[in-house]
Amino acid sequence: MTSPASTDSVPPQFSAGPRPAPGPAADEGLARRLRALACTAPLHDLDARKANLAGEYSVYGMAEIALAAIDLVTLNMDFDTGADHDQIVARLLPRVAAQAPGRPAAEHERVARWVLENLINVGSVDRGFRAVYGTFAPDGTYVRRDYDFKLIEEVPGPGGTVYLRTTDEAVNVLVGALDTDVTSAQIAAEVKLEVLISRGRLADAQLAAEQARYRTVQYSETLRRALEATRRNVRAVDWLNAVPDMIAEALDHVADRYRHENAILTNIRRARDESEEPEHKRRAAELVDIVKDCIRRHTQLQSRLLEAGPLFRAEQDRQAFATPLTTSGTDLYGHLLAPVLPLPLQQAIRVTDAFFAHGTGLRTPVSVRVGDLVDILLTPPVEREHLGAEMPEPDLIATPDDSRFTEEQLAAATDLLDLEHDAPRRLSGLLAEAREQDPDLPYLVALLAVHAASPPVGTAYRQGERKLLFAVDDGTELDDPEFGGADLIVGTALLDAAGMAADRTEAA
Amino acid sequence: MTEHVDRSEPETGAAPVSAAVTPADAADAARLVAFGLQPKLLPARDQEYADLLRRYREDPPFARLADAVATGLGLVVLEVSPRAGMAVTAAEDSVFAVRMGDYARRTSADSGDRFLHGLAHLAVAALAFPRPEDLADDGYIGRVTVNGVDAFVRQACRRLEERAAEQGENTDPASDAPGLEAAWRIWARRSATGATKDARRPAASTTGIVAKAVAFLTDSGFLQRTGDDNGGTYRTTARYQLQVRDMAGGAALTELLELGVVPVTDGTPSLLPAEDTDDLELVADAGLPFHAS
Repeated sequence: MTSPASTDSVPPQFSAGPRPAPGPAADEGLARRLRALACTAPLHDLDARKANLAGEYSVYGMAEIALAAIDLVTLNMDFDTGADHDQIVARLLPRVAAQAPGRPAAEHERVARWVLENLINVGSVDRGFRAVYGTFAPDGTYVRRDYDFKLIEEVPGPGGTVYLRTTDEAVNVLVGALDTDVTSAQIAAEVKLEVLISRGRLADAQLAAEQARYRTVQYSETLRRALEATRRNVRAVDWLNAVPDMIAEALDHVADRYRHENAILTNIRRARDESEEPEHKRRAAELVDIVKDCIRRHTQLQSRLLEAGPLFRAEQDRQAFATPLTTSGTDLYGHLLAPVLPLPLQQAIRVTDAFFAHGTGLRTPVSVRVGDLVDILLTPPVEREHLGAEMPEPDLIATPDDSRFTEEQLAAATDLLDLEHDAPRRLSGLLAEAREQDPDLPYLVALLAVHAASPPVGTAYRQGERKLLFAVDDGTELDDPEFGGADLIVGTALLDAAGMAADRTEAA
Repeated sequence: MTEHVDRSEPETGAAPVSAAVTPADAADAARLVAFGLQPKLLPARDQEYADLLRRYREDPPFARLADAVATGLGLVVLEVSPRAGMAVTAAEDSVFAVRMGDYARRTSADSGDRFLHGLAHLAVAALAFPRPEDLADDGYIGRVTVNGVDAFVRQACRRLEERAAEQGENTDPASDAPGLEAAWRIWARRSATGATKDARRPAASTTGIVAKAVAFLTDSGFLQRTGDDNGGTYRTTARYQLQVRDMAGGAALTELLELGVVPVTDGTPSLLPAEDTDDLELVADAGLPFHAS
C-alpha cells in the first residue's frame, strides 16, 4: 500500500562522506515518523481507489467520511463493548448524503459501508494494514521491515455480537500527539476549556471539550485492560502496590473530574441560557451534551473501580487460601506460554507443535467398507418438509353459553341507561321501567348502576370517552320489591375529550 | 473400533501375562480399552464399564493384560480410575494420533496458521489451569471461555509489546525473513473476530481458532460445554488434566529446553511475567498471600 520507493534510490554510503542514517538512534525517530505516516495512508488510499469503484463516486470525500467514522467509533466506544457496526453506518449517512444530495440513499449507504469496511480492511486475513519501511541495523546493513497496524478492529461483544473499536493508532491519527500522559493532558484540556468558556469563546471550547472526551475514553480503556488482567489471576497483578495505587488514583481522578465537569456544566448552562446569539446558544447546548457524556463515562468508570476490591478478595479466597499441595505441577503459563511468545516463529512452532501433538488426545480412525459406501450412495436423500409436519385438526367443543344475561338484555339495559346529560334519574324509576320490558332486566340495570357508583374515570380518560355513566347516593332509601339499599341518582357526565387528548400528548 | 480390538487379540495372547489367561479375559481387557477409546463415555453411566474398571483395579493380572492390549494398539494409559475411566491417549505415530494437517487444512501451507492453532491449544490449557497447583490438584475443575482465552493471550502479547517498546526495540519483522518474526506478533496481528454474512466467527480470526480448539477438545472428552456466554463457556474434565499434566506439558517443555530456553525452574509457582519479579519479592516480604508457600 505504501512503498518507500524513494529509499531504494539512495545508494548506501558506508565508506566516506556523511551517511544518510548515522545509526539506529537517529533511525528510530525516522522509523517512528514513517509508522505515523503509514497510519494515514489507508485514508489517502480511499480517495485514490474510489475511481476503481463501479460508478461515479468522485463527489464523495472518502477521507473525510473515514475520519468521521473513526470519530464516531471512538465516541461510541463503551467501557465493556465497542460501537455497533450498523449504528456507525447510520450516523455516517447524513454526512455522506450531504456530500451528494442528489444521489439515491442506497448509494449513500453503500459508500458508508465501503469506507467502514476498508478501515477494517475486511479483505485481508489479519483484517489490518501493512506498510513496509527500511532502517539501518546497528551493523550498518539496510533492513526492510513490516509495520502491521489496524485502524478499526472488530472485537467480540456479549451474546456473540461483534463490535468496533478504534485502535491507538487510529486515535493518534485522529487527534494527533495523543501519546502523552493521559491525566495531565486531560487536566490541561479542561483548564483550557474553562478559560475559553469564561471568555465566551464557545467554538474553541467545543473543540477542547471533545478532546477531553477522547482522553476520557482512552483513560477508561487503560483501566479496563488492567482490571481484566486482575480477574484472570490474582498473582499476575501486583495487588499490594500497583493496582491499589492505580485504583486510588483513578477514583481521585473520577472525583476530581466529576467536580470539575459539573462546574463546567453549570458554566455552560449559564452561557447557554444567557446567550442572545442563536449560534452561541446552539454550541453551548452541544457542549452541555458532550460534558454530560463525559460525566456518564466517569460514573461508569467509578462503578467498575468499586467492584475491583470485592473481586480481588473473592479470587484470593479461591486461589490463595486453599490447602497447599505438596506436588508441584508444570506452570503452564510461566514455564511454557510466556517463554514461547517472545521466540521467533520458527522456534516457537516446535513447542506449540509438540503441545498440540500430545495435548489433543486421540481420534479413532474411520475405516470405510465398500459395502457401506454402496449403501450410503444408493440411499435416496430424505425429503425435507419445508412447511414442517402437518398440523392435526383441532377438536373443538362448543362451550355452553352460561352468561347470566343475553346480548339483547345488555343492549336494552344500555339503552335504558343512555340518559341525557342534564336529566339524571332515580334508580327506582329505572328499575320499574326495566321490569316492564323484561322481569330479568332490573338485575342487570341494578348491577350497572352499582358499578357506576365508582365510575372508571381513569380508563375513560385514557381511551378518550365522550361521556361517562355515574351514580350518586344522596341518602334516599330505595323502595323496590326486589332490591334494597340506596335509591341512587344515575346520570351521564360529559367529558372534555379534546382537552383530555391535549393533556395526554403533553404528559407523554 | 471393534475391528482394532479383534486384531489385537492374538497379539495379547502371545504376551507372557500369566498361565491363567483365557480368551474371555483377553476379550474383557480389549473391551475395557474399547471403552477407553470413547472418551466422552462416563464410567458412572455404564454398568459394564464400571465393572471392568473395578476388575482392573482389583485383579492385577487383568490390569497387566489390559495395559498390554492398549500398548499393542499404540495407546498410552494415563490413569484408570472411576473418575477418569480408562484414560488412554495416542502414542506418538499411532493410528489414533491427531495430525495438524487433518486438524486444519491451511496449516500445512502457512506456518503462521500452524503456530496459531498450536498456541490456541496451549493457551486453553494455560487458562484452564492457571496455577501449577490447579494442574496438580485432582479435584480442580478449570473453566475457560473462548473470548477469555483470546483476551488472555492478547494481554500477554501486549506486555511483550510494551516491554519491547520500553527497551526501544524495533519489533517490526524484516520483510524477507518471516520465520524470524517474534511469535507474539502473529497472534497480536490477527484480528480477534469479524463481521461475516452468516453471523458466525471468521474461522481465521483468533476467536475462531480458539473456538475450533475448544470444540475439538470437547469432542475428545476433554472439555464440557456449559454455556454460550463469552463465545462459549467450557469446563475441564479429569482426562484433560491428565493429558496436559502427563503428556503435553512435558513434551512441550522438553522441546523448549532443546531450543536452549530455560524457563524459571526454582520451583516457585509464578504466573508473573519476567519484568514483574521485583514486585514479587516486595510482596513476599510483606507476608500477604502472594508468596510461594
